Amino acid sequence: MTVSEMPASAGSSAMAAIEPELVSLLESLPESVEYATVRFRSDESQVLSVRSNVLEPIENGIDAGVMVTVWEGGGSGYGATSELSPAGLSSALAAARRWATATADTAVLPAAPFGVAAGAYSGPVVIPWSSLDMASRVDLLMGASKRLAADDRIVDWEAGVTITDSSQLILSTNGSRIEQCWSNTFPTMRATAAAAGLVQTRTLGGFSYGGQGGVEVLERFGFSDAPDRLASEALELLAAPNTPGGTMDIVLAPDQMVLQIHESIGHPLELDRILGDERNYAGTSFVTPDMFGTYQYGSELLNVSFDPTLDGELACYAFDDDGTPAKRELLIENGVLKRPLGGQISQDRAGMDGVANSRACSWNRPPIDRMANLNVEPGNDSFEELVAGVENGIYMETNNSWSIDDSRNKFQFGCEYGRLIRNGELGAVVRNPGYRGISSTFWRSLSGVGTADTSVVMGVPNCGKGEPNQMITVGHTSPTCRFGDIEVFGGER
Amino acid sequence: MSDVQTYFTELVGWATSQLEGEEVLLASFTGESSDFVRLNGVKVRQAGTVTQRSVTLKLILGDHQASGTLRLSQQPEIDRPQVASMVRTLREQVAVVPADPFLLYCTNPEMSSHRAVEAELPDAADVMDQLVSVSATEGHDLVGIYAAGTTYRGFANSLGQHNWHEATTFNLDWSQYLQADKAVKSGYAGTHWDEAELTRKLNQSRQQLAVLARKPVDLEPDHYRSFLSPAALIDILDMMAMGGFSLKATRTSQSPLLRMVNEGAKLDPAVSIRETTVDGLAPNFQSDGFRRPDEVTMIESGAYGTPLVSPRSAKEYGEETNGAEAHESPESLVVDPGNLPADEVLSQLDRGLYVGNLWYLNFSDQSACRTTGMTRFATFWVEGGEIVAPANVMRFDDTAFSMLGSNLLGLTTTTETVLDASTYGGRQTNSYRVPGVLVEDMAFTL
Repeated sequence: MTVSEMPASAGSSAMAAIEPELVSLLESLPESVEYATVRFRSDESQVLSVRSNVLEPIENGIDAGVMVTVWEGGGSGYGATSELSPAGLSSALAAARRWATATADTAVLPAAPFGVAAGAYSGPVVIPWSSLDMASRVDLLMGASKRLAADDRIVDWEAGVTITDSSQLILSTNGSRIEQCWSNTFPTMRATAAAAGLVQTRTLGGFSYGGQGGVEVLERFGFSDAPDRLASEALELLAAPNTPGGTMDIVLAPDQMVLQIHESIGHPLELDRILGDERNYAGTSFVTPDMFGTYQYGSELLNVSFDPTLDGELACYAFDDDGTPAKRELLIENGVLKRPLGGQISQDRAGMDGVANSRACSWNRPPIDRMANLNVEPGNDSFEELVAGVENGIYMETNNSWSIDDSRNKFQFGCEYGRLIRNGELGAVVRNPGYRGISSTFWRSLSGVGTADTSVVMGVPNCGKGEPNQMITVGHTSPTCRFGDIEVFGGER
Repeated sequence: MSDVQTYFTELVGWATSQLEGEEVLLASFTGESSDFVRLNGVKVRQAGTVTQRSVTLKLILGDHQASGTLRLSQQPEIDRPQVASMVRTLREQVAVVPADPFLLYCTNPEMSSHRAVEAELPDAADVMDQLVSVSATEGHDLVGIYAAGTTYRGFANSLGQHNWHEATTFNLDWSQYLQADKAVKSGYAGTHWDEAELTRKLNQSRQQLAVLARKPVDLEPDHYRSFLSPAALIDILDMMAMGGFSLKATRTSQSPLLRMVNEGAKLDPAVSIRETTVDGLAPNFQSDGFRRPDEVTMIESGAYGTPLVSPRSAKEYGEETNGAEAHESPESLVVDPGNLPADEVLSQLDRGLYVGNLWYLNFSDQSACRTTGMTRFATFWVEGGEIVAPANVMRFDDTAFSMLGSNLLGLTTTTETVLDASTYGGRQTNSYRVPGVLVEDMAFTL
């Protein structure tokens, strides 16, 4: 889609309004500036939630700002500001130049490695939220809320949606011009049941349900049917026995796989972690540069892609925030590690190929290596076949706890909902299912990968990383998967 | 009065002039002018300056409300049309949303306040040069971030109330690496930069690095007597604070400390936990205009005390608010010291783990306040009261009722003050003052 074909939005109007100012700013630069880029970003958001049949205060948001990045004299620096007047932009530019001068002898790269890029992207929207007025939005959520209150033992419940519209314009001194717009929708739902000292919560996919699009995203995740199911399952969990401990096979639903992929494949493959940038905060990685091309990351059933093109997934885009054109790449093929998650700067520092994943969470943070869409490719087993292959094990749904060491190796996850598997058949419901393992061996125990019809397009809205800290949305798509001989445990009660 | 405060005050005054009939407007301000320098070894990964201001407007008519947050340009000709547009949007929403039975806001203009924390900060580029120089000349592999500047928080309403809080601070958060994952983490934060204090901290880290050079031990999953440094205890407290001190979380059965309220479970009598706003860097007011008391005691001698109560929870559950934000978690957390002298920590530990830092904590059973996480950075195996070797990372999985209850052996007589280095969205104003704790039989599982 070309820019002229895009529907006009408040964000694109804001981009059009500020572009002459940004062009002037770049044209004002002296010849000593070797490369500079300005990135304007605006976000409009609305958070709606009905908790226990009462509408929570509506939260609207409008954010806009500019980051100016300058490469000059061997150094680089940025200035970011919400002050969008000519004076504010000039101050940001001056700050960026000061930092470029100050880092002339110490910057990780002495020159900008970016090529010329031009183009546009507009995320898919079938039913825009503007087609649903405020009263209708509230009615939708209130209806869901009332159905969640199915029993006196449901003590707290909530139905909500977060809607975001984002626009970004990047202009650079090399002539690059990139305009991108995204609309995201995140449905949420929760039923908390309590009785006799036990508390159990069931949610709509934990934190993992969201996608590019409008109202239609709700039904991708079964929003209409969810209230009755979640209330019923929360009550079911209250009456269920604790998960038995032991070593056994596990079958993981996509809304648990999302965190397993994120923590034990995504983060370890980030090239800036491998280069040490995150050692003080998000951590390092057990993966080292020499592993690429030969390391058996998982069983031969494991294929993992970086795919910014999968329609509707949260991190689809045409260019990353450094202006690198985005395309699909296989990171792990038949279990063998192929390629890291590193943007152009990391690629130049490491002397390795990477992907277009240099992203900033907003205008006020510089781009760093992120996951974008990181997906497990579907396999050949139906859900029934995955279960049939388990003599003694647990099926787990919906992540509610995640923890992993700073090298991304020793992990532990908890889920909301479990079912015993005995002799190849799903059995009784169990509460507080959890498991732990080590990344470098866990993926080699992958013994079954579900077909495409078990796969769900999801994501993580709150991936935290970077100094200063950044929280960003990433996409994950996964089928149901089976792993052998995993340490499983339950709760205290 | 700073320029930023003056601008906010005038903007709210102008916004008030746009109100109609019985409308009430609440306005919360947040802003910062900050330098960030990110270091990796002898290189600078990223360096820059961020200037940002935003205002959250809440429009109220009777018992109907809607709110909206706007990023500000600090220019009236840009901001006023945006404010007017947002007020119109909120007015349209207020007209169609149902009445809010839990709406509560401060109506007493005498709750106004002003606080400014002054500072003497060096030029951030000079700090960067100093740190890079230390790395280059002394062979330190230093990685981390220096963040410095002024943070602003404000509140005003159409009833005439004005609250302002600004603090100029620095926060250097760094690790010195020996190799792979063997490192010492440290922090230096405050309002007055002292190069000698930085040198002292760097030397202290260097001494620990020397121990990290020894061959590390791999420990089997088991129960170990453990000392948790103040930094490690803060991570445990952060988990407890995820609903543990919240009235709403308690009343909705989602508090990790629910057993303390419903079943009378207690922590060790030596444990007292307080929200001490008077000593912290967080503002003494919240976004509905309510002032915070100097101190709220959430855990008193091991027993559940007073929860943090937001205005909304106050209305919903018929309690008095104590100035908490909607999240009802502490912002100026203090744990009382105990009787364990700092110089006896190793001898009292005798044989076990000295845990410098924990990492990536999460509940493994929230209703039992059972938490899992990893050891990280300087964690050592101790025998005979002496550090023997660094310990490779271990996963713990244990309950607060055990670690700070039945298995607590003591808290140190000294406490450490830590300013939150978190910068999600912007620089934070949270702080902690906590001791270290000695724990018997802490559960390690992987």
